[in-house]
Amino acid sequence: MNALLQVKNVTKKYGGLTANNNISFDVDENEILSVIGPNGAGKSTLFKMIASFTPTTSGQVLYRDEVISNLKPHIVARKGVVRTFQETTIFKSMTVHESIVVSQHLRSKASLAGYFWGSKTAKADVIAFGEYADELLEFLGMTDISNELACNLPQGNLRALGIAIGLATDPKVLLLDEPFAGMNHDETMRMVELIRSVRDHRGVTIMLVEHDMPAVMTISDRIVVLNFGEKIAEGSPHEIQNNDKVIEAYLGSVDDEIGM
Amino acid sequence: MRVKFSIKQLSGVAIFLFALFIGVPLLINLTGRWDFYFTLTSVALLAIASAGVWLTFYIGRINIGQGAFALIGAYVSAILVVKAGWSFWLSLPAAGLFAALVAVFIGLPILRLRGVYFAMITLVLTQVTTLAALALPITNGAKGISSIPLPSGVSLFGITILPDFGAMENIKLAFYYTACILMVVTYGALYRLVNSRLGHLCRSMQQNEELASSIGVNIAYIRIIIFAICSFFGGIGGAMFGSIAQSVYPSSFQVADSVNFMLNCFLGGLGYVFGPMLGTLVIYFGWDLLFELGKYQLLIYSIILIGVIRFLPNGIMSINFGKKEANK
Repeated sequence: MNALLQVKNVTKKYGGLTANNNISFDVDENEILSVIGPNGAGKSTLFKMIASFTPTTSGQVLYRDEVISNLKPHIVARKGVVRTFQETTIFKSMTVHESIVVSQHLRSKASLAGYFWGSKTAKADVIAFGEYADELLEFLGMTDISNELACNLPQGNLRALGIAIGLATDPKVLLLDEPFAGMNHDETMRMVELIRSVRDHRGVTIMLVEHDMPAVMTISDRIVVLNFGEKIAEGSPHEIQNNDKVIEAYLGSVDDEIGM
Repeated sequence: MRVKFSIKQLSGVAIFLFALFIGVPLLINLTGRWDFYFTLTSVALLAIASAGVWLTFYIGRINIGQGAFALIGAYVSAILVVKAGWSFWLSLPAAGLFAALVAVFIGLPILRLRGVYFAMITLVLTQVTTLAALALPITNGAKGISSIPLPSGVSLFGITILPDFGAMENIKLAFYYTACILMVVTYGALYRLVNSRLGHLCRSMQQNEELASSIGVNIAYIRIIIFAICSFFGGIGGAMFGSIAQSVYPSSFQVADSVNFMLNCFLGGLGYVFGPMLGTLVIYFGWDLLFELGKYQLLIYSIILIGVIRFLPNGIMSINFGKKEANK
């Protein structure tokens, strides 16, 4: 059987600039896979292509053997592949609870007209949304801030809210965009635990883009390394740490002529 | 999530309806200012069109093109009544639906734009519609369509549902009631929409379209639906206007009207469903009250508008309801 998510020979060109060149890798069910690489390596572009926020130049992304690249974001989300954003992308003037309720759009059974006229299914939906929001917030340990306006939250909570919004859509694969950026060690470790429990208790496969090396090494089952738009390595954290190409990409190559 | 109305809210609505349908006619009877019927009817109809504009604001789009759809509605109704011999009461929803259909086709390409770009395109729409009305053979060019018959009666199985307006003694009162009922229905529907799932999705789009699409909201589809509803309201308002004036000209709705529809929303308050209704009333009467100032009318009017937008960015509704909102 093929892997849950397959990235196949994906290439993205912006004019003459190649952001991603012929990248292929698989994401297995229930694993945590990190994509790392120096700035400008093409991590974010890759993410956008997987979630269909931007079309690929060539190549395909498959989810359960179904092509999900070059579609619309809401269609990919409907299939179960949902991305989160960095902390500034939230519903600013909604409360945490409202954000989670609205984000359960994909779970609704009633039609929009049904909601307007107040059909039975719609009423049941509204109640179910509220209950699920409560449950999700409790699971994420955010019950005490559920009535806070999102724009008033500190950074750490915003990141958790972003993940909560993603989780509310009931995804099978969650793409996390730099979930640890700007966090101190303690906050990072708490977030690592949270992401692990999302995987363990909710059966969500996780793929993340991240800069924070210690966190990536702790959390990942496997790591894919990009450099200048090319995949240069793939493997377990241990393998990656000892990979010459990766060390070269991060620390620069040893230049024999100068004798350094 | 379930909307429960407090006694205060319910009594507020009751007082409003009482004032609208009984209070105002009584006052006008007492004072003998019959001309007020026409003024208030106009306000009610403009408020219907403004409700549509408010809804496009709700998905984060500045719409300065409602005049176009009001004009389309007025023409569709006039043509159906005069040339095809339809009953006005059938032409009214037809006008709304036609305006909505036009909005779907126009909206498909232009709703991708945001902010000032969308505003600019919609601003041009009114002018384009006026020019189209001048050029098309069916609209009679600059002569327009005049002497439109008054709404005829409707009866079903011999029971009169709607009276013949032409045979009535007090046409002004009849139009006033019609406009008020339409306005109440419009705002009732708008309130329901905003507080239903569609309204929540609109809010999510207003705040962040990318995030909204990532949670599975088909943003293109909702934008079109909202724009169509907006234009439906515009078409209804316009058609009703044409019927009252018994004539439609290319200049019936101009760019200035489109701008006013937008101002009504701004002034009333973008955060309040009933904002545009209040805004329309204040702008309509405000402008007339300043008539005494003669050539300084526009200057003073503009200064007041700038002042209101500067000091009451959330609209006039925020004065009364500011505290209530904070406690929510």
